[in-house]
Amino acid sequence: MQTEKPLMTVRGIDKQFPGTKALQEVSLDIFQREIHAICGENGAGKSTLMNILSGSLMPDKGKIYLNGEKIHINNPKDAQKYGISIVHQELSLCPHLNVAENIFIGRLPRLSGDRVDFKTMEKETKAILDRFHTHIKPRTLVKDLSVSQQQIVEIAKAITLNCKILILDEPTSALTESESWNLFKILEELKNNGIAILYISHRIKEIFQISQRITVLRDGRHVTTRLTSEVTPDDVVSYMVGRELDNIYPYKGNPSEKVILKVNNLTRKGVYSKISFELYRGEILGIFGLMGAGRTEMARGLCGIDPVDDGNVTMFGKTIPLNNIRSSIDSGLVYVPEDRKLLGLFLPMNLCENLVAANLKAVSRFGLVDRKSQSVYTREMLEKLNVKYRNLYQSVSSLSGGNQQKVLLAKWLAVKPKVLILDEPTRGIDVGAKSEIHHILRRMANDGYGVVVISSELPEILGICNRILVMHEGKLVAQLTSENATEENIMRYASGRAS
Amino acid sequence: MEKTNVDNMVTITGKNAGFNFLRSLFAIREASLATIIIVTAIIMTFLTPGFLTKSNILTTLIGLSMDGIIAVAMTAVLVMGGIDLSVGSVQAFASVLAGILAVKAGFNIWLSVFITVLASVLIGIINGYFVTRVGLSPFITTLGMMSIARGLAYVLTKGSPLSLGVISPAFDFIGQGSILGIPNLILILIFIVIIFDFLMRRSAIFREIYYVGSNEKAARLSGINVDLIKVGVFTLSALLSGLAGILTLSRFGVATPTAGTGAEMRAIAGAVIGGASLSGGEGTVLGALLGVMLVALVNDALILLNVSVYWQSLVTGIVLIGAVTIDMLAHRRRSS
Repeated sequence: MQTEKPLMTVRGIDKQFPGTKALQEVSLDIFQREIHAICGENGAGKSTLMNILSGSLMPDKGKIYLNGEKIHINNPKDAQKYGISIVHQELSLCPHLNVAENIFIGRLPRLSGDRVDFKTMEKETKAILDRFHTHIKPRTLVKDLSVSQQQIVEIAKAITLNCKILILDEPTSALTESESWNLFKILEELKNNGIAILYISHRIKEIFQISQRITVLRDGRHVTTRLTSEVTPDDVVSYMVGRELDNIYPYKGNPSEKVILKVNNLTRKGVYSKISFELYRGEILGIFGLMGAGRTEMARGLCGIDPVDDGNVTMFGKTIPLNNIRSSIDSGLVYVPEDRKLLGLFLPMNLCENLVAANLKAVSRFGLVDRKSQSVYTREMLEKLNVKYRNLYQSVSSLSGGNQQKVLLAKWLAVKPKVLILDEPTRGIDVGAKSEIHHILRRMANDGYGVVVISSELPEILGICNRILVMHEGKLVAQLTSENATEENIMRYASGRAS
Repeated sequence: MEKTNVDNMVTITGKNAGFNFLRSLFAIREASLATIIIVTAIIMTFLTPGFLTKSNILTTLIGLSMDGIIAVAMTAVLVMGGIDLSVGSVQAFASVLAGILAVKAGFNIWLSVFITVLASVLIGIINGYFVTRVGLSPFITTLGMMSIARGLAYVLTKGSPLSLGVISPAFDFIGQGSILGIPNLILILIFIVIIFDFLMRRSAIFREIYYVGSNEKAARLSGINVDLIKVGVFTLSALLSGLAGILTLSRFGVATPTAGTGAEMRAIAGAVIGGASLSGGEGTVLGALLGVMLVALVNDALILLNVSVYWQSLVTGIVLIGAVTIDMLAHRRRSS
């Protein structure tokens, strides 16, 4: 591969944003028929670089060559012309239009008299989708598709634009493990058809699964580009953080026999049924399941957010009333939601306001919010979790993903909970912050909090949990201790191949 | 929100303390609005002798008092991420209902007022019910209610204004009298603005409105009773609109089914000029009052300058778009 001429050459790209140098002297070679992973922590400059290649941003300095010829990418239209397509992390489809209309957006085939040629459009859409071996129908509305199907539509849209270089920004962040595997198969095929793929991801494991070369960025600089076969995951992580991470996962401690939380026969008809388990003091309990297994639904039912048909929950021997979120929170059973932007945080509001949202009472006197105790309360919680912030009145959206996640955690820790159920607590945050959160969770477990973690990432579940519950189609199919759990047997249970 | 910026200022105090102070002051919407109002007033003082007179100022303030009260309610609704188009119609309905009960049904005027208040509350609860339980959008629900309440006002009066006659001097005093030379209507407006501005900034329950408007799902997961807040805010909105209707009746002594026509648009414009966002989570009562005042001031200026009244609506629109544009540009500059 290295003897080939590169398809695209990027040399000395600089990009300055007010206050920060996002990219400095970044150079990169991209070859045909390769999946080239771009790694780096949040803020390393991955997205900036991709936005420059796809025409959303202009570099301050630097040159880009395509097949040896210098090109200027001034806008997304130019990028399209040169065959560069990008699939963003946040999908950009029109939910109320159908699949075909989305794929042909902006270039609808016409008949005479400006009529849309629906027939051709649907036929071509079907031909494209067939390449992906999916059953998506051209006429289905995009909002009726699952996230992974939407992603396939997005990729299909990208490659119909005569695409030579396909950029994917964190494509698996919303996918389950099995959906990711399906995606990898598709990418492999595209690669074999001669497309170069730039693949941005936090997930080290999948990078090693699919990429041929890895480029690591750190603080806006190019650190290294290596053949994937020549490096180990630990090497890549230490390139990313710039130091050795001696112990990625914290020591698991010694859980006691004391039961903190006991869930008995929790059932919601048609969603999950007869879920029973116990949570012991000092342990982190993991819940794994594929999409549709009912993990999130069960957790929401458990914490009083969604209605429950049957079952009971006791915490420290006391029965918790179901179907009432306020009383769940007040008795110390809290759910920390998975999507911090959509469900967790009040993005335009400031740190103080976010921190006290679930606990206005604690900072109020006579029904009035006391500003002083609010800021004392906030500062204390933020410092406890080592959140990096400028001042208490900056908006939470101005923090990095990892710090936002810590704010979300702080908000819930501040209500003095006894049991926390955390849904995907490290999704979409960088390695360093992830590890910090793992250590925080372990510290909480050691301090006597009940900690339940729902995660789609097997390495994470195996790395931090003492015991792992596996769900499949609304049922609890296995309870494994970390000693006898492996990725393979968890997946076997989760996919219903073992019982 | 004011405090927020003040605290901000303290942390950035440095060599340019004075400059930073000015900047933080203008970061507060209320301060820049007040400045614009004062500057306009000064210019008007030089342009026409009739502007800086007690009678002109009091007339203008009385004229905006009903819209001001409704703008207070609208602020809460907008902050919550909703909209209430029925406010002006509820104002008319309330004025008509109180008048009919007192004149035609022969009820005691205070009993009529009491029943009218209950009826207004009921309208708010109905709005809230359709938004929270049935799941209609606030726009559709209150668009329908706007028509229904206005329709009721027409049905009850058969379309023509109904004179209250001499029933109760005490009731007349509310809308027509004054204390220490200041008309009661202005005092009532000031009172309502102070109370609700304080509550919206400080009260734990009213703060929950901001959370609901900022991120409804996150608010629910935080244990905030979103539906209760919504019903409460729609009820507050109808209650204050009904109050405006009763005050209208007291002021003119006539129940008019056309009262409050277009009040919803004036209230929305005022609240938005004052910093409220139609997407929710932002806005202050004081800002809304200043927004209503700016629009009223500009209209007053047009009258004093002998510009035809036909220009009023046009100029109001320019002020609205202009104020929001300037604010957006200022924010953009600050965030970049």
